[in-house]
Amino acid sequence: MDVILFLVFAVIAVVCAINVVVQTHPISSAISLVGVMGSLAVLYLLLGAEFLAAAQVIVYAGAIMVLFVFVIMLLNAGAETRKGRSLLVQLLGVPLLVAFLGLMAYFVQRLYPQSTSVHFGGFTKGGAKEIGRALFTTYLLPFEVTSILILIAIVGAIVLARKEGD
Amino acid sequence: MLTAVPISWFLTLSAVLFALGVAGFLFRRNVITVFMSIELMLNAVNLSFITFSYHRQEVNGHLYAFFVMVVAAAEAAVGLAIILTIFKNRGTLNIDEIDSMKK
Repeated sequence: MDVILFLVFAVIAVVCAINVVVQTHPISSAISLVGVMGSLAVLYLLLGAEFLAAAQVIVYAGAIMVLFVFVIMLLNAGAETRKGRSLLVQLLGVPLLVAFLGLMAYFVQRLYPQSTSVHFGGFTKGGAKEIGRALFTTYLLPFEVTSILILIAIVGAIVLARKEGD
Repeated sequence: MLTAVPISWFLTLSAVLFALGVAGFLFRRNVITVFMSIELMLNAVNLSFITFSYHRQEVNGHLYAFFVMVVAAAEAAVGLAIILTIFKNRGTLNIDEIDSMKK
């Protein structure tokens, strides 16, 4: 059952990710990216990360992608034109990428040869309670620094987006 | 018949998603799509963090993934504001035409 669940959502994630890369219109890429994030949320649940699965759907698929779609709508972005690609990229791009991927998959298979198997319910410390406890004890300083980062991001976004000369 | 998923499958899926993100980052010409490829790569790394967290049976990897999510949200807000400003000043989204710092 776990294997079927993993295979179904892994295939959905990979197909949507390929769609993100090959679609020419940005809005199609954005919708495909929502598909990737949704299926990754299911895989997080399979790994016992309940809190992060919820955060993935709310923050990534909800907030960030709405921001992307909103900007695509505002800028009225059309399909991109394919031109001016060098011969080297056309010939070597995809083979190099496949070689890189094959090398990574090979090392992963060699390093983790069936050592741990993932089954649903094998990790129960991923709820909001445990995350919150770690966040406010071990990771208190990074958490506070993150709040400053978000404040800077808010101020930066407002400064960048306002009209010139105000 | 397998009853449980080997951990290397999750890591391989993460590698596939990361490679597709790299492909989008390098091959696409639209600024917004390049930005979405970066989000795809961040998601792939989050998947490996959570997988290693399962492997080691501790919650620390979840915290790293949580911080990656927060930084990605801040990055998206600032990055999209930069894209809006560039489009306002130059009227284009093609990264090959945004090259004024070279001149």
